[in-house]
Amino acid sequence: MSAKSPLAQIHQHVMWNRLIAIVEEQAQTLIRTAFSTSVREAGDLAAAVFDQRGRMLAQAVTGTPGHINALASCVVHFIEAHPMDTMKPGDVFITNDPWLASGHQHDITVATPVFYNDVAIGMVANTCHVVDIGGRGFTPDGRQVYEEGLNIPILHLFREGVANETLFEIVRMNVRESKQVVGDIYSFTAANDIATNRLVEMMDEFAIDDLEGLSDFIVDSSRQATLDAINKLPHGTYENSLTMDGYDAPVILQAAVTVSKDNIHIDYEGTSPASSHGINVVLNYTKAYTTYGIKVAVAPDVPNNYGSIEPFTFSAPEGCILNAPRPFAVAARHIIGHLLPDTILGCVDQMLDTGIQAEGSASLWNIQLRSGPSVSTNTDFEGEIPEFEMMHFNSGGAGARPTIDGLSATGFPSGVKGVPVEATESIAPVIFWRKELRPDSGGAGRHRGGLGQAMELGGDGGAPFDVLAMFERVNNAPKGRHGGLDGSTGVVELAKGGPMRSKGQQPIPAHDRLVLKMPGGGGFGSPHDRPADLVASDVADGYITEASARDEYGVVLNDDGSVDSAATTALRALT
Amino acid sequence: MQNAAEIRLAVDIGGTFTDVALEQGSGADVIRTVTKTLTTHDAPERGVIIGATKVLDEARVAAADVTMMVYGTTLATNLLIERKGSPTALLTTEGFRDSIEMRNESRYEQYDLDIELPEPLVARRLRLPIPERVNVRGEVLIPLDEKAVAATVPTLEAAGVQSLAIGFLHSYVNSDHERRARDILAGLLPDVEISISSEVSPEMREYERLSTACANAYVQPLISNHLARLESELERIGISCPLYLMLSGGGITTLETARRFPVRLVESGPAGGAIFAGHIARSLGIDDVVSYDMGGTTAKLCLIDDGQPHTSRTFEVARIYRFMKGSGLPLRIPVIEMVEIGAGGGSLAHIDSLGRIAVGPESAGSEPGPASYGLGGERPAVTDADVVLGRIDPQNFAGGTMQLDRQAAEAALSAHVGDALGLGASDAALGVSEMVDENMSNAARVHAIESGEIIEKRTLIAFGGAAPLHACRIAEKLNMPRVVIPPGAGVGSAIGFLRAPVAYEVTRSFHQRLSTLDAAASNALLEEMRAEALRVVSAGAGDEPLVESRYAYMRYVGQGHEVGVEIPIRIEQVRLDDESGGSLLAAFEAEYNRLYERSIPDLDVEILSWVLTVGTEPAPVETADIDHDVSVDAPIPDGSRQLIESATGETVSAPVFERDKLSAGQRVAGPAVIVETNTATVVTSRYDALIHHDGHIILDRRPDGILGSLGGLS
Repeated sequence: MSAKSPLAQIHQHVMWNRLIAIVEEQAQTLIRTAFSTSVREAGDLAAAVFDQRGRMLAQAVTGTPGHINALASCVVHFIEAHPMDTMKPGDVFITNDPWLASGHQHDITVATPVFYNDVAIGMVANTCHVVDIGGRGFTPDGRQVYEEGLNIPILHLFREGVANETLFEIVRMNVRESKQVVGDIYSFTAANDIATNRLVEMMDEFAIDDLEGLSDFIVDSSRQATLDAINKLPHGTYENSLTMDGYDAPVILQAAVTVSKDNIHIDYEGTSPASSHGINVVLNYTKAYTTYGIKVAVAPDVPNNYGSIEPFTFSAPEGCILNAPRPFAVAARHIIGHLLPDTILGCVDQMLDTGIQAEGSASLWNIQLRSGPSVSTNTDFEGEIPEFEMMHFNSGGAGARPTIDGLSATGFPSGVKGVPVEATESIAPVIFWRKELRPDSGGAGRHRGGLGQAMELGGDGGAPFDVLAMFERVNNAPKGRHGGLDGSTGVVELAKGGPMRSKGQQPIPAHDRLVLKMPGGGGFGSPHDRPADLVASDVADGYITEASARDEYGVVLNDDGSVDSAATTALRALT
Repeated sequence: MQNAAEIRLAVDIGGTFTDVALEQGSGADVIRTVTKTLTTHDAPERGVIIGATKVLDEARVAAADVTMMVYGTTLATNLLIERKGSPTALLTTEGFRDSIEMRNESRYEQYDLDIELPEPLVARRLRLPIPERVNVRGEVLIPLDEKAVAATVPTLEAAGVQSLAIGFLHSYVNSDHERRARDILAGLLPDVEISISSEVSPEMREYERLSTACANAYVQPLISNHLARLESELERIGISCPLYLMLSGGGITTLETARRFPVRLVESGPAGGAIFAGHIARSLGIDDVVSYDMGGTTAKLCLIDDGQPHTSRTFEVARIYRFMKGSGLPLRIPVIEMVEIGAGGGSLAHIDSLGRIAVGPESAGSEPGPASYGLGGERPAVTDADVVLGRIDPQNFAGGTMQLDRQAAEAALSAHVGDALGLGASDAALGVSEMVDENMSNAARVHAIESGEIIEKRTLIAFGGAAPLHACRIAEKLNMPRVVIPPGAGVGSAIGFLRAPVAYEVTRSFHQRLSTLDAAASNALLEEMRAEALRVVSAGAGDEPLVESRYAYMRYVGQGHEVGVEIPIRIEQVRLDDESGGSLLAAFEAEYNRLYERSIPDLDVEILSWVLTVGTEPAPVETADIDHDVSVDAPIPDGSRQLIESATGETVSAPVFERDKLSAGQRVAGPAVIVETNTATVVTSRYDALIHHDGHIILDRRPDGILGSLGGLS
């Protein structure tokens, strides 16, 4: 398809859209059939199609950045291990190796070659989070990856249509909830089959024998669109650093973003060394959230594929927390990974006249709970302690934007969705006593940071349980920008008093409750520039208190809640 | 509900037009009169009266002789989209006042830092927390604080609240607290309407349930007033027959039910369209259908099996961002399941940042409209592409009432699409048309997959102003052998209203594992649901025979999405028994296999919700064989046009026929164009058209019209 007729040219546009529809079908199939809460409720997945060289051509819009961009890097490893010309129809490959795929063993990647006229012309693949992978489970407490469960190297899951029963048997014996995990692996395979069939139908319809012409077109036009966006930016190096809580010691994320012709390079030199606990990030996952963070700021409209992400390069020193080597522990790597976009946006803010979104809560506040007679010992609980393991997704506040307020209790950068309280209470013996917005937690500003949320939960009937804590920004608040104030830090504590660590497995005693107050986003612009009537409205709605209106926004209210204009002008003039 | 003496009137209020259809008699002898009048937004009932009077005059029927009227309206939808409902408050469990604001805590578009979330219908200051708590089993953990309920009165009065929603956690299991709070406030605030979530939407998932209850409360006072005014206006002009309301789920109901649950009126117009298509499918004896309704702004597609449109229990209204999932308000009500995308005649085309042709969802609307309207629109719309490709005759648009400017269409297509790609105006038009057709085909395909269905081999039933222009190409893309273009397609929804059964659907959340199924409790629940549905339906159905259907929504324990399975029991018999766990499991596995081509051994299955529908039997049809009456008289063309074909990009000379002049049994070979007042049917060279004696244009793929190969392009 080199010298293109007008119709052939139009068909390339059409087929590009078709590919995006195909991977969306693949993603929807995963959501409908998965057992894993994080896939079915939260969309914690990636689905994509690749050409013969392992270049990603299209990915489903459903999914989360950490998986999507990691999957983009992963498929080449399958092709290196099993060159395309050695693959046979009916072959399906699998891995969950953190260093090859998306950074922790809970994520399983399944890749299937696509054959057309008996030639392997590309691959379809997906990455999804499974319920359990054995070991300590989803917790940052591990010291080495070996403690974090089962590692599956690149293996045949099916060989010419025949299931690898040895592998399935090993999986069954090494994970909690083995039926669900094995069921999920079958789902992942079936979703790839659907995408494969669609791809073959498309090739029939448009009478093409391979994907090469189409993939060059997609990759080249996407690369060019990204380059056009990059080349509008002022050249230079912009630095930013974030200090985070870490597991037991602060972690510094240091980034230098260099814009030059046709390239943006992000260098993480100066970042803290790898942690002794499972919050370390492998290079693939660092790349995933780095790419997302820069792309969402400078070229958001370009679909994710090999070409659109190629102009973004990055480096992280070996042994730092963003390039942790085997066998460092990595299970809770999202805690640090989710902070990379905020680190990068701090650099982007310096290159754009308008500025960009302030820092936010960033890391998801996932609540992973575990209970059972073998978990909660030495308890004075009178009843039977129920056996369960559950996860509930939650988000704090996002940063304020240059022209609008931040989003309250909304995840950024992660794309996962929360689960209703009623749904969680129907599958696990817990009671949520509170889950609502947290007043005054959004950083004050011309545009207010998004509010975090306050949550309180206990065991059904007061039963004890453990929390596998992995919460960030308890000691380090999300920063405001351009005069906007910081958001609130998070709080992890027991209802009856007594602080808790923000990370690691800890007991919630019988008849006590876990209290979480999630961070709010940073503000944007001076709070004194926020129109006083908006401030009064925020007080009426309880988003902020009257004290915050006065002390941070310089707005004085009358008894009826309306703005006292004279007093406000006077107060705002003082500072 | 049809017999020869009946005179039935249907009115469908849309955003621009109010459509009216009047039918006398039944079956093949039905006499139909239709009209369109402009919607009167300030007082929609005025447009109803104008339209009704007009159609009665045309049909020479006296108002008093009308025996039945069905009414559907976008009013509820518009109130939600424009946020013009009544001042509304929400009483909710203390600690959970923000669930309608926190939504599902995610961004519906990950690559736009500046998205905004839909504004909650009830402001935080009017979301009033009440101490109370029920657990997932319905046990009371904290009794209702009745004093706190009564203490909300001053706040409600000061805010001028006209309508109130009450939604407590787990009220779908135990609604005592909601009902008690309603009783307390009904006594203290007699003029305030009260919606409780356990009645409006008794299902698990607090965000969706409370969102639905708030939406119901938000539109209730205005809908109620409108319906009261409508009733008295109708009476004034002498229409005193029973009035039914079209529901989003595809049934019709009484005024009383509509007043209580006005949220169920949302999207009743499109539901009427799907019923219309379903009726045609039955009359033609076609089992597997996709209805395709393409207007000025959007296209809507619905899967129809055995004449029954697919239904769903979730819907999202008032999307604020490119019709994108997640950018609207979720409603958990029975709806006819449709996919809607921003692809209509007015959808604008441009070149995106990657140099690709992109179409919609932005629309030119009716003003300025597409460039060819000559009303100041400079950007090319799908209609402009249709003009350039020869599908629309610029001299004879909208029945000749409007002249289109082909040069303006070409200039717009060149300037905004062609120039950037080195394509001329006609190739640019081809690109725009292909892209919009591809978008609609992809939406249909993904929608089918989400429903576990296959789109290929289905019959496409196309209506709405723009659909006949694009239907044949979409059928080619989706490998569909047959397309039906019914007559009267311009007022399809209103006609559909007259085909809808009197029906009501009741839903309950009630958790059961099949391995430990409590047959007695399940039977009691079904009995209660049946009684509720019967109460509603019998008010409107009179002595009509009723049919009942029951579905259980099931999943493997641990999954998150349920599959609806018809409960295998017989009416009027002992319902579930000790054996039922096994038969439900077998039915579930069969359905799961059909959807996903496998089932999973050794896992227990659970039921989350139960759905029971009682309704009158669907309007009878006389099945008409499609092929039996082919005549040998070839029709004589009324002219010819240069038509550019999408599949090949070639320009062909296509004969033009006037639909009115074609008679039953005549065949037209593609390529051809069959024109009528408001649209034109494009017959591509892979299809032949047959005029059916019911007036349909039936497009059949020619045996040699091989699809899936576009020879000569690579």
